[in-house]
Amino acid sequence: MSNVGGHIEQFDSPARRSEAVMLGMWVFLATEVLFFGGLFCVYGVYRYEYHDAFRLGSRRLDLWLGTLNTFVLLSSSLTMALAVQAAAAGRSRRTVTFLLATIALGTLFLGIKGAEYLHKYHDGLLPVAGAPFKWEGPHAGGVHLFLSLYVGMTGLHALHMVIGIGLLSIFAWLAGRPRWWALRRDSFDVLGLYWHFVDLVWIFLFPLLYLIDRTP
Amino acid sequence: MTMVVDEPLAPITAPRAENYLNVDYRVRSWLLTRDHKRIGILYLFGITFFFCIGGASAVLFRLELMTPEGDLFQSETYNRLFTLHGVMMVFFFLIPAIPAVLGNFLVPLMVGARDLAFPLLNLLSWYLFMIAGIVTVWVMLAGGVDTGWTFYTPYSSTYANTYVMATAVAIFINGFSSILTGLNIIVTVHKLRAPGMTWFRLPLFIWSHYATSLIFILGTPVIAVTLLLVALERGLGVGIFDPALGGDPVLFQHLFWFYSHPAVYIMVLPAFGVISELIATFSRNRIYGYRFIAFASLAIAVLGFLVWGHHMFVSGQSTYAGLVFSILSLLIAVPSAIKVFNWTATLYKGRLLFATPLLYALGFIGLFTIGGLTGLFLAATAVDVHVHDTYFVVAHFHYIMVGGTVMAYLGGIHYWWPKITGRMYAESWARFSAILVFVGFNLTFFPQFVLGYLGMPRRYHVYAEEFQMLNVMSSAGASILGVGYLFPICYLIWSLRYGAKAPANPWGATGLEWQTVSPPLTENFAEIPLVTGPPYDHPESALLPDDHE
Amino acid sequence: MKDADFQLFPDAASTVASRVDALFWFLTFLTMVLSLLIAGLIVYFSVKYRRSSTADRTPYRADTRLELIWIIGPLPILFYIFFWSATLFFELRRPPADSMQVAVVARQWMWKFQHPSGKREIDVLHVPIHRPVQLTMISQDVIHSFYVPAFRVKQDVLPGRYTTVWFEPDKVGEYHLFCAEYCGTNHSRMVGRIVVMSQADYEAWLSNDTGQPPQVAGMQLFEKFRCASCHGSSPSPRYAGERDGVRGFELSEPGIQRGPPLAGIFGRDIPLVDGRTVTADEAYLRESILRPQAKLVAGFPPIMPSYEGQLSEENILELIAHIKSLQAEGGTPP
Repeated sequence: MSNVGGHIEQFDSPARRSEAVMLGMWVFLATEVLFFGGLFCVYGVYRYEYHDAFRLGSRRLDLWLGTLNTFVLLSSSLTMALAVQAAAAGRSRRTVTFLLATIALGTLFLGIKGAEYLHKYHDGLLPVAGAPFKWEGPHAGGVHLFLSLYVGMTGLHALHMVIGIGLLSIFAWLAGRPRWWALRRDSFDVLGLYWHFVDLVWIFLFPLLYLIDRTP
Repeated sequence: MTMVVDEPLAPITAPRAENYLNVDYRVRSWLLTRDHKRIGILYLFGITFFFCIGGASAVLFRLELMTPEGDLFQSETYNRLFTLHGVMMVFFFLIPAIPAVLGNFLVPLMVGARDLAFPLLNLLSWYLFMIAGIVTVWVMLAGGVDTGWTFYTPYSSTYANTYVMATAVAIFINGFSSILTGLNIIVTVHKLRAPGMTWFRLPLFIWSHYATSLIFILGTPVIAVTLLLVALERGLGVGIFDPALGGDPVLFQHLFWFYSHPAVYIMVLPAFGVISELIATFSRNRIYGYRFIAFASLAIAVLGFLVWGHHMFVSGQSTYAGLVFSILSLLIAVPSAIKVFNWTATLYKGRLLFATPLLYALGFIGLFTIGGLTGLFLAATAVDVHVHDTYFVVAHFHYIMVGGTVMAYLGGIHYWWPKITGRMYAESWARFSAILVFVGFNLTFFPQFVLGYLGMPRRYHVYAEEFQMLNVMSSAGASILGVGYLFPICYLIWSLRYGAKAPANPWGATGLEWQTVSPPLTENFAEIPLVTGPPYDHPESALLPDDHE
Repeated sequence: MKDADFQLFPDAASTVASRVDALFWFLTFLTMVLSLLIAGLIVYFSVKYRRSSTADRTPYRADTRLELIWIIGPLPILFYIFFWSATLFFELRRPPADSMQVAVVARQWMWKFQHPSGKREIDVLHVPIHRPVQLTMISQDVIHSFYVPAFRVKQDVLPGRYTTVWFEPDKVGEYHLFCAEYCGTNHSRMVGRIVVMSQADYEAWLSNDTGQPPQVAGMQLFEKFRCASCHGSSPSPRYAGERDGVRGFELSEPGIQRGPPLAGIFGRDIPLVDGRTVTADEAYLRESILRPQAKLVAGFPPIMPSYEGQLSEENILELIAHIKSLQAEGGTPP
């Protein structure tokens, strides 16, 4: 029995396969927790060390855009959950609709994020290679570090969003094909898990980065 | 050339004309395979290649170290050589060797499954490993890295003018390979066990690979993000670890060792699993204290995450933090000791057959005991102050990595060779090599304990004259060790063509992998077995089963 | 060091060395005993229970008590090791109060020392016997590590932060100094010597071309950078007792004094604007010179400029020596 293109079925039932895929996704998310966790740890250490600088830097972030983005992302989790529910009910067109809505919201999130980065760049506050860094207040070093962490952490989050949107697109396309749908429609649970996780990371990032000191 | 064949426990079915090896000879069928057994063999090629590169660099710098002056290489070259050795051996040999070669091959067979849970991810894992490894080799040859495998900042993030970023990225990619392997093993053990295969009927090889996979999952992402930060610092001038930019170099050490200490348990836990199998089979006894060994494996995986600071006693870390890490590092000796005592007890009233795998296993127990006990010296803060960053540490970890893991790996390769290839190897040559490795190893590394306490620091290209004699002894041992490693490559390859055909169970072992033909079918079993009894259920075992089995 | 004699055990030339060695020998003894025990059992079982032997193999059951013995048994030994080592470790980390202070600046690939008298050395450090010496160390670039095997002491030397190590030599002679943290190309050549001399010889050596005491050089820097224009020199304020539970400053002329007065400041508790209190040690002084905004003192405007890039590590150490020498009126000397 050739194994090229051929298939050895190692699971004895589709239910078992679903359980395994779900467990696999949870395990993968555990690695993501540790991955972002390392960054949060670095953030924590430096926030303690440079707390004034972090407060100053945080105030310069676009609070309204960040808040808007939070709502956008939460809404996308809602549409994702509805997509999962539709898939469980076997309704492929509804599933695709909600997936597309999620993709749209996710793309909107990225667009708003891009606008934020652009703002910072114009203000001379985006600490990337070559860009001039203009800060005339105290604690320039600490603020530079804060903004670097801001770009690094939100950038990594955005990368996960891009991957998520890519996966959603693939699944939206696949969901339209009846043969695939008949065999695999239980994969949406797992996709939903990933998307909700990415959302959850943002729920942590937002207050830690944008809300350090918003006293008027 | 003697052949070791014992009374098989399961009837030998005549090997079918078709097995996983000969089912398709096209290169494509190998490079696009989803068969865990073929992927294990693909890993074997990669692992062996990277081991040879890492070993070659060691030969070179041990040659340099025969004299106190830097007369063979320039310092820049020497620094690149020891970095190459460390990076290749740690990331591309020790971490993947047993889990990716033996684990990939055996985990589905041992649990009674037809493949791992996610065969495509398994193949991806191999590609990531090979890409990362080849990029690293290429980088090393194109100019190299000279930071040591530990990449301490700010040297690596600001000062080194070598290919730090490329290497960091390659190791990052390799991390994904590890994560996918770990993920696959965890899901397979949870969801693909054969009917009747309860947790406490699993072979200890599986328990140890499960514990290892926990570390893969939880530890690897941290080194990934740490190296990413180093790359960011180098690339974007962000001040994360460089004090000149407001960062903290010791933070790097915390993040680095948070992974790299558990990483050493990734290297040794699978070896423990192999040893349990070898001891049981070649003493024809149940494993003494099976549950204790199983739980000790989990304990090591968990405790391993709590001791990283013992690499940092003199780094500027607070005295109190140092003491916490010290007591935890001392306590982690206990689960390892449990295993050593239980393996020794398994020999009691056994029927020992001194085939090559058992020679490697017994050598492992002795050398791991010494290596582990020298860990106590390092966990004791006051002594560590003196021996930290000296050859004492080098000797300690080589006793565990080489005297331990490499010996277990070789023992496992020899033990499962008949299953993997369907051939028996030349026993006399194999025994001779095992003894050569044991002797060469001790001659290489024991003098390094003395050198370390005398005060010779690590990573020294030139050294004080009075250290020469011990260095010469060590280099002489290294040459013997090197030869000892070459022999298996030769006679194992020779056996592929000329070795006697192996039956399903040449060693009379227990375990599901021995109840299928050698080499196995692509689908592993003609029918998925039903498990009805405890593991290591040797009929003449003097150790009786526990009441709950 | 004597002429490169082959040794199997290092010289012991400090007061702690023999105590570290004692713990080492205990651990070596423990290792030998346990290794021989395991090896012995393996050999014994291998011979007795080889397949062809007719030893007694009557079946038996595993004994959980045996497991408990080797789980619980090692614990007292491990705790004994821990407490022994911890006690010794505390001592290794606590320099005696009357230690001779030496400043060390490390850089790729050399060691720069300065004695309290001002005398400077490179790669060699002369010290008197039977006198505790405390080194305050910092690196100009990457992490190094100060290691004297004969004294059994080692401490990483970090950029951006002071670390400290102490020893008391008790044997005349010359001993290796090694850099023990990989620091680049010439890491293995970043070696030196510690020369331990009798008290008399040390005095004689010291009086030879002394160089300027660091506090004098520090005073010159203080004047060069016009620190007094904010930190003032007169009238020197008195230190009040507790005020609101915090020992602090009492200014005779608030509003004119632009920066915290420095007389007697070393070792005092300093109240900060955010309510915290820090101790004015070397690290605090260094940070205040390089990053004055990091820890703003309560009651003073945040106007101090940063001197980052204008002062070398040696300069900073000299300034700190000068500040340490400033005494409060009627106060005790530092």
